[in-house]
Amino acid sequence: MARRFHGFRSRRADNGFGGHEVRNPEREQFWFRRRLAVAGVVVLAAFGTLVARFVYLQVTQHDHYRTLAESNRIAVVPIPPNRGVITDRNGVVLAQSDSAYTLEIQPSRVKDLDRVIDELAGIVEVTQRDRKRFRKLMEESKNFESLPLRTRLSDEEVARFAVNRYRFPGVEIKARLFRNYPFGEVGSHFLGHIGRINDRDLEKIAEWEATANYKGTDYIGKLGVEFTYERDLHGTTGVEEVEVDAGGRAVRTLSRVPPVAGSNLRLSIDIRLQQAAEAAFGERRGALVAIDPATGEVLAFVSRPGFDPNLFVDGIDPASWKELNESPDRPMLNRPLKGAYPPGSTIKPFLALGALASGRRTAAQSIADPGYFQIPGHSHRFRDDKPGGHGSVDMYKSIVVSCDTYYYVLASETDIDDTHAWMATLGFGQQTGVDLEGESTGVMPSREWKRKRFSGPNYRDDHRKWYLGDSISAGIGQGYTAFTPLQLAHATATVANDGVAFRPHLVKQVENLRTGEVRRIAAESTHALAVSPEHIAVIKSALVGVNKEGTSRRAFEGAKYVAAGKTGTAQVYSLKGEKYDASKIDERLRDHAWFMAYAPADRPRIALAVLVENGGFGAQAAAPIARQVLDYFLVGDQAASPAPLAPGAPDPDDQSD
Amino acid sequence: MLEFAARFWEFLVRRIDRFLFGIVMALVAVGFVTLFSAADQSVARVSNQLASLAVALVAMWVVANIPPQTLARAAVPLYVLAVVLLVGVALFGVVVNGSRRWLNIGITRIQPSELMKIALPLMLAWYFQRFEGRIGWKDFVFATVLIAIPAILVKRQPDLGTALLLIASGFFVLYLAGLSWKIIVGMVAAVAAAAPVLWNLLHDYQRRRILTFIDPTQDPLGAGYHTTQASIAIGSGGVVGKGWLNGTQTHLDFLPERHTDFIFAVYGEEFGLIGNVLLIFLYLLLVGRGMMIAADASTLFGRLMAGAVTLMLFTYAFVNMGMVSGVLPVVGVPLPFISYGGTALLSLFIGIGILMSVQAHRKLVHS
Repeated sequence: MARRFHGFRSRRADNGFGGHEVRNPEREQFWFRRRLAVAGVVVLAAFGTLVARFVYLQVTQHDHYRTLAESNRIAVVPIPPNRGVITDRNGVVLAQSDSAYTLEIQPSRVKDLDRVIDELAGIVEVTQRDRKRFRKLMEESKNFESLPLRTRLSDEEVARFAVNRYRFPGVEIKARLFRNYPFGEVGSHFLGHIGRINDRDLEKIAEWEATANYKGTDYIGKLGVEFTYERDLHGTTGVEEVEVDAGGRAVRTLSRVPPVAGSNLRLSIDIRLQQAAEAAFGERRGALVAIDPATGEVLAFVSRPGFDPNLFVDGIDPASWKELNESPDRPMLNRPLKGAYPPGSTIKPFLALGALASGRRTAAQSIADPGYFQIPGHSHRFRDDKPGGHGSVDMYKSIVVSCDTYYYVLASETDIDDTHAWMATLGFGQQTGVDLEGESTGVMPSREWKRKRFSGPNYRDDHRKWYLGDSISAGIGQGYTAFTPLQLAHATATVANDGVAFRPHLVKQVENLRTGEVRRIAAESTHALAVSPEHIAVIKSALVGVNKEGTSRRAFEGAKYVAAGKTGTAQVYSLKGEKYDASKIDERLRDHAWFMAYAPADRPRIALAVLVENGGFGAQAAAPIARQVLDYFLVGDQAASPAPLAPGAPDPDDQSD
Repeated sequence: MLEFAARFWEFLVRRIDRFLFGIVMALVAVGFVTLFSAADQSVARVSNQLASLAVALVAMWVVANIPPQTLARAAVPLYVLAVVLLVGVALFGVVVNGSRRWLNIGITRIQPSELMKIALPLMLAWYFQRFEGRIGWKDFVFATVLIAIPAILVKRQPDLGTALLLIASGFFVLYLAGLSWKIIVGMVAAVAAAAPVLWNLLHDYQRRRILTFIDPTQDPLGAGYHTTQASIAIGSGGVVGKGWLNGTQTHLDFLPERHTDFIFAVYGEEFGLIGNVLLIFLYLLLVGRGMMIAADASTLFGRLMAGAVTLMLFTYAFVNMGMVSGVLPVVGVPLPFISYGGTALLSLFIGIGILMSVQAHRKLVHS
């Protein structure tokens, strides 16, 4: 067998050494050297081939290639595609690309940059802001890139520069597409914005295997749907082959593969409703999410205050950035998506539904409310809002008057892990899966959650343990509990839709212009709650009762439709037994005001959650905003609804929560 | 004091083969001169490469001072480690440019296929030395398996070029260990016969590259554009070249990858045929010296390692210059000692260190 593979041993056998295990180093080395010599011949032949090729290229064909290199250069120029247009559900344009002229400088080709900019300022207007923005762009970019100094030049400015162009090597006028957000601040948090591509974006593009398609593209979605749907919006880059002369200028076009524009996005947002909702907030901070319960389509998505996305398109100037970033109002924070707030009493209908579903309570079961709750054997009293208590309270009344004691008792009898599991089916404590990046999960506490939350070395075992008191706080939406406005709107929509849940989404459809193909987003329901219709009916009738005879009746006086709702007031600041007096407390430590609602009660077309940061009572600050939005959406009439009251001017009637 | 300095110097250079070191440093010098031009006279890039060179030189010195028998002992652990890392890449690798080649190890990203380029020949050379004098057909089958494992893993990344280079490095060891000519001819015939089947196994982009090689005008944006522009660069250089820093193809941005895989086009454009022949001559000296070291080595392990390293250096140089000048299809292979890139430089100098170790220790082991 060894014969076929002439290893050195077998070769020895062939040479008469057969049978003996005698090593013969000289002989081995001889055979090895012969093999090396053969390899050496191959090396010489290969290098010889290369030299022959060089002679062919550099001597025989030299004239041909010199001509190609010197006179006729073919440059391949990418043609970036038009970015897709974003419209609201009715086709109103929210983001589009306009063509405009920019004045661009290639810093590597300019010797004295400051002098050149000074001279340019004599021809076109260059503000201090432009200069600072340009400096910032230079710090962030590579040397050979061409960077915009001024954008959106007027025709006159273009003409003036064209005359003086010879004076400015390395400076050019370019026609570029600009992203324009005509509504400015309105809807800025879901629309997001585009911005110049940076190194991190490049890495991401490489992971998409789309590097070639982004040649010639300078901008990429950074936030909001502009970010989430980047790959739909971008389109396919085209290619142009041009002949260039020795100076690198294009002489003529040889071939052209046109670019394919990006897909258009049709959002589920109604921009007029969005405007009305943002206006209803006035100067206050907060969030509002309105959802179509039957589809999960988000109709309005408010985060106040907002920002102007147009500022970001060409790189924001440092002063504006500082202002946005350091404002105590935090305009860059996407409150409905990332802000987690204690839900307060808005948690009650969901807990009541859970108690019905698990059989722990019937609708008719009543408790006697003395105005407080005590854990047996403990002296601490968990207090109700109403000092003397609400008397005999059944489930309907517990929601309508927002009786805390009812929920203290329920919480004391329910294991927190069971509550956690139930609330999870409503989407609390987890991401709703909305098509925006960076969604917070909020907190729906459980034993495991607490163990993990306090797992660090700074905590002791008794920090990690779950106490009954924790359950009681969670029972009225305080303590560790924190929901995002989006989660609350989502859960409200699920209840309004009789327990059938849809994934909330802002993009209704993606329309590919070239193929005419339309992709619908999240049209299918995700799951249904495990509850019977009678149980849902109990909760729904109580929510209608809230607006009719309960905490928010004043806000919904005279409404032309029947709306269901629930108020909530979430403590930011622990009072340690003192009576709450809004006028005595720093504005930032005042309670957050919540309101959740859906309407019309019999066939809901809209479900929403409103949060007013430090707004005080839910009934005073949040419910009127909900009323305005519902009026606008269902009646188209804003005048009929009362204006929201400012906190600190309390109406005693509205303070029960 | 002077005596101490002299002793220290002796300590530094006692394992360094001066002739080999001289050739390599001449190549490195050519590399820096070309890189400075290719990188548009960017001092940052050149100093980056200088730092890589410092690291690589230290690695070379360390390896040169390790006796070949100690290197042989590292063969199995190194091979196993490289295979484990390659499996790690397949499972948790980072995707760059559409290929999963990198592994994140906290501080930095590593490319395990680069380690395998050293580990595979080391492993094979160790294996043949271990069973020296008793090598039969089963050993060649086993060796084939040792080659196939990393080659398949790398091919799946997908990185066909590196997989082929790994197979080549393994084949060189088998060839030098005495693989029968009949088998070699048989394998070549088998590959030729299986070509239609292999063609179907290739990825689209790989097929495109081969088709582009046959007709560069088919793909003017991708690989074909590279080859066409590189040919224009080299051809327009003529006999004497356009002169350092004067390559128009290079400086008008026509050459892609011009400081890495296509740096030879920059060199050819600026230094012409004379420069190219000089470069070929340097590589020939390098290969010649490596073969001398292999021929004089006293152990089978030393012979096989020195021979395989030398033939790999030749292969890199040939494949790179061949693809840039249009006689071979485009595969991602850097030009040894010239292309920009720290990892490649490090493995190359480790290879040189192995050659020096074999040369310096030949008498010691002989007895």
